[in-house]
Amino acid sequence: MSQVTTIATSQYTRYNTKVTKNRAISEPAWIRWTLISIALLFLSLFLFIPLIAVFTEGLRKGFETYFAAITEPDALSSIKLTLIAAAIALPLNLVFGVAAAWSIAKFEFKGKSILITLIDLPFAVSPVIAGLIYVLIFGLQGWFGEWLMEHDMKVVFAIPGIVLATIFVTFPFIARELIPLMQAQGKEEEEAGLVLGASGWQIFWRITIPNIKWGLLYGVILTNARAMGEFGAVSVVSGHIRGLTNTMPLHVEILYNEYNYAAAFAVASLLAFLALITLALKSYVEWQTANNALKNERGHQ
Amino acid sequence: MNKRRNILPGFGLSLGYTLLYLSLIVLIPLSAAFIKTTELSWQEFWTVVTAPRVVASYKLTFGASLIGALLNAVFGLLTAWILVRYTFPGKKIVDALVDLPFALPTAVAGIALTAVYATNGWIGSLLEPLGIKVAFTPLGVIVALTFIGLPFVVRTVQPVLEDLESETEEAAASLGANRWQTFYKIILPAVWPALLTGFALAFARAIGEYGSVIFIAGNMPMVSEITPLIIITKLEQYDYAGATAVAVVMLVISFALLLLINALQWWTNHRLTASK
Repeated sequence: MSQVTTIATSQYTRYNTKVTKNRAISEPAWIRWTLISIALLFLSLFLFIPLIAVFTEGLRKGFETYFAAITEPDALSSIKLTLIAAAIALPLNLVFGVAAAWSIAKFEFKGKSILITLIDLPFAVSPVIAGLIYVLIFGLQGWFGEWLMEHDMKVVFAIPGIVLATIFVTFPFIARELIPLMQAQGKEEEEAGLVLGASGWQIFWRITIPNIKWGLLYGVILTNARAMGEFGAVSVVSGHIRGLTNTMPLHVEILYNEYNYAAAFAVASLLAFLALITLALKSYVEWQTANNALKNERGHQ
Repeated sequence: MNKRRNILPGFGLSLGYTLLYLSLIVLIPLSAAFIKTTELSWQEFWTVVTAPRVVASYKLTFGASLIGALLNAVFGLLTAWILVRYTFPGKKIVDALVDLPFALPTAVAGIALTAVYATNGWIGSLLEPLGIKVAFTPLGVIVALTFIGLPFVVRTVQPVLEDLESETEEAAASLGANRWQTFYKIILPAVWPALLTGFALAFARAIGEYGSVIFIAGNMPMVSEITPLIIITKLEQYDYAGATAVAVVMLVISFALLLLINALQWWTNHRLTASK
């Protein structure tokens, strides 16, 4: 499901918002402010107040408890594992995203729309099921369970399983961001490079990559946020071994279930902070893309 | 599309790698779920997926997802409207924060919503005197599913509202329509496909959601237990076949929704290009 596509389409139109001054097609001030108030009330109830709560609950017992909670060994090892999982999943999905977008946007072939739908599949699958399918394959009773045990290897309830689940849930993000972008750009520039004697890789690095860099960055930001925050899929394959197979979100869950609320919210606030940075970066990229689009428009006039 | 030869290199490599990676990460593992269910006879499969506790979880998951998506359709349209049409202080920040449910880990959302909506929480303590309990009831499930579906409607409706030509609205006004009539007869039909798409996306996302729900739901069997949690519970009891059977039911429903959403998006794009 292309949640990313919908954002992608909006990133080009945003910041061109024209607020109309025409009274015939606007509403009286009291209606305007009533509608704004209702919408903001809704957003406060579901977004703003819970977001503020994460930080206030985390700091409720003071800065000392806060820092103790995020620097204790189990918390640090969960931060490390989260970073490892994201650091492996991100480049793999990046290479896949660029390869998929290159083949889909620059070439015509049969079954293309089926391929695009298949790339979207992980969006439609519940994270819990994403974890389950890897247990069915690599778990003790799974297809490769006995073989893995004979060779003394572990996938499920170990780091490889966590990485696989992370890759699965972030699978479509970069591809979905790049496909519409590269389709819109066409292939004339690459063809010109080819005619002028550039090799395939030269075309790719010097023409394609500079053209898609903002879309690429946008996809990377979304992938990273989801990779670091994934809970359901990772929870199924992790086995919840403290200090070994707990990612940050799983560590939050354990602390919370132990009624250690201050510590749970302290670690959660790190993740919330990361989310806010993600949103800020995302807005910056959207602003850049809108700016570039404006520049291009002026350049063509 | 003219049939001239494509001179760009790398088609075989990029498509080959795409298909290989897609098969290894997504297609083969997903097929494992379907193959695993064949271990059960049809009779056994049916008994597992129609057990009273499982059926109660379907009702809760689909009912709460539906209500959450409906809430998001109404308030998402309103949010998109005020972001596109009006100015107010802090608008850019509000616009950026709408995407928070995409960026905030679901477990964090779950404990935050629970803290706020528990009977001693900021909002929960205001609702308790009215006799409304949110956390640890099905109402809490609705709150969590509304949260995670929030950006979908806003982000699908927003670009369509921005692209809407003001001329048609001016024409309607000059022909004597009041604002409500213009909204109902001109604006709503134009954003309808996008609104439906956003609704379907929010609904589909809500059905599979796990992390934000389990903290606030209370997870009582038959009352506030969602279907993904049933799968987890069966897994923890080493009932792999049972867990997979329920998973397959959910997968089939999700795939159907995915196809529906693709059709809706095609309709939206078709409308957008046709109107230009």
